[in-house]
Amino acid sequence: MADKDALFKFLCRMGDNCLIIGHRNSEWCGHAPILEEDIALANIALDFIGQTQLWLGLAGEVEGEGRTADNLAYLRDAFDFKNFLLVEQPNGDFAQTLTRQMLFDAWHLPMLQALKESSDERIAAIAEKAVKEAKYHLERSRNLCLHMGDGTEESKRRMQDAIDLLWPYTGEMFKSDNVDEAMVAAGVAPDLADIKATWDNFMDEFFAEAELVKPENAWFQQGGKTGTHTEHMGFLLADMQFLQRAYPGATW
Amino acid sequence: MYAQMVKADGKGVKSREEMDAEERAFQDKIDRDVKIEPKDWMPEAYRKTLIRQISQHAHSEIVGQLPEGNWITRAPTLERKAILLAKVQDEAGHGLYLYCAAETLGVSRDDLLDQLHSGKAKYSSIFNYPTLNWADIGAIGWLVDGAAIMNQVPLQRTSYGPYSRAMIRICKEESFHQRQGYDLITKMAQGTKEQKAMAQDAMNRFWRPSLMMFGPSDKDSVHSAQSMAWKIKINTNDELRQKFVDQTVPQAEYLGLEIPDPDLEWNEERQSYDYGEINWDEFYQVISGNGPCNKERLGARVKAWEDGEWFRDALTAHADKKAAKKKKQQQDAA
Ligand SMILES: [Fe+2]
Ligand SMILES: [Fe+2]
Ligand SMILES: [Fe+2]
Repeated sequence: MADKDALFKFLCRMGDNCLIIGHRNSEWCGHAPILEEDIALANIALDFIGQTQLWLGLAGEVEGEGRTADNLAYLRDAFDFKNFLLVEQPNGDFAQTLTRQMLFDAWHLPMLQALKESSDERIAAIAEKAVKEAKYHLERSRNLCLHMGDGTEESKRRMQDAIDLLWPYTGEMFKSDNVDEAMVAAGVAPDLADIKATWDNFMDEFFAEAELVKPENAWFQQGGKTGTHTEHMGFLLADMQFLQRAYPGATW
Repeated sequence: MYAQMVKADGKGVKSREEMDAEERAFQDKIDRDVKIEPKDWMPEAYRKTLIRQISQHAHSEIVGQLPEGNWITRAPTLERKAILLAKVQDEAGHGLYLYCAAETLGVSRDDLLDQLHSGKAKYSSIFNYPTLNWADIGAIGWLVDGAAIMNQVPLQRTSYGPYSRAMIRICKEESFHQRQGYDLITKMAQGTKEQKAMAQDAMNRFWRPSLMMFGPSDKDSVHSAQSMAWKIKINTNDELRQKFVDQTVPQAEYLGLEIPDPDLEWNEERQSYDYGEINWDEFYQVISGNGPCNKERLGARVKAWEDGEWFRDALTAHADKKAAKKKKQQQDAA
């Protein structure tokens, strides 16, 4: 049995990543470059909000202090959010949104695949459900990134800019800390080194096919997993949590 | 209604004697409720009027994403956020079906969008009103989707096959939206003092614009006769508006919300509600571009389209390259 506090933190990380990237995708609603993408982005955002409910619901259950998924989503401040810095990065142009998505999906899918084998059945059950969605997400984000890399001069330039911009935020996804180690020890979650190997393979294949340049960045930004975020996070939460903060105790 | 100012082409309804053989056969089909399909002969005026009507409806669905989209990032619970996302996604889907239906009449989606972006094409006046508090999302589902359903349920029987089939799909989802909207505003109306105030504020702002959705009053609705003969309009504007008022007043009473109309009164003789005169000046102003949010709404759509141009171009360029590669492979193999 994993340490309760570590398990709670791990579940918050899973849930917060879904919540924040889902939220960012939802910001596109009505403003996407083509109607089909409006629909796809809303669909993906929906998947992530659904997964958030599961992860944060379980986090609250594990914590045992009566907090619901909504309490965790709407009543924590930025320092208590444990999502990667990557997912809170602003949407930017569509190339940045697509790139952010692919970099995340390529972590998310192998992570969920491994979590299907978790020693914690509740986690395995969530992963089982989410993995189907993650498969589609990665297929879509990879295909669109490839098409943009091999579209026009402009789309290629935008893709390269987006990759260069976001690459420094990817290292954090694989940096193991005592929460991750406790999860590995308890058989709850996989070793992040294994996820990294899968991710690296995926990226190598992607760059071979895309004719885009893989950045040689050795310095990675980090802090999200422990609650030290970028300045974007406060504004995102101000927006997202407005009603719950302004009208405490109301039911919606 | 989402297509509230459709100018019908043609010079008034022709009598059977005035029709030529083709026109007569066409009108006979309509009178017998046989659907007109894309390959069938149809009068040019029918085609043009339908394109205008279907594209107005499609544009309304697309622009209609914006007022509700305005609250997606601020939805107060995960479930409400999911419901709203799913709803706005449905509306985009409705836009897609309807553009497809219009394309069967020989126009392209891009051309229709150009007309929207240039301000030439219209969309429903309702989407030019702002969403100012969370209860507005409930009011939209309840009143706006409710008014849309009033109009669209009869249109399931419209004479043009692809339009009728699109309406059947759309209506199922719209009634779902209406129930969810009513549920949302119920929560607000039965909630805290502040929530009640939000619900009433939403009601105060959305009631009259919702009535305007049905279009001008019958006495000023110049194009109805031809559209009704063609069965692309089934009921008159005032009939539908009255039905909507009669359906909605008891719901508002149940919620304890006051309807902002001092003239609203049950008419025992008509077994219907009388309601106050609608501000038609406001309606025509909003329709012609001077509503509170016309500039923002159209501006947002134009910006999305322009910002997305490189993406669409790249998709096309990629598809072309892929096709060229495939062709070359086939040639090399041969
Ligand atoms: Fe719709
Ligand atoms: Fe509609
Ligand atoms: Fe709707």
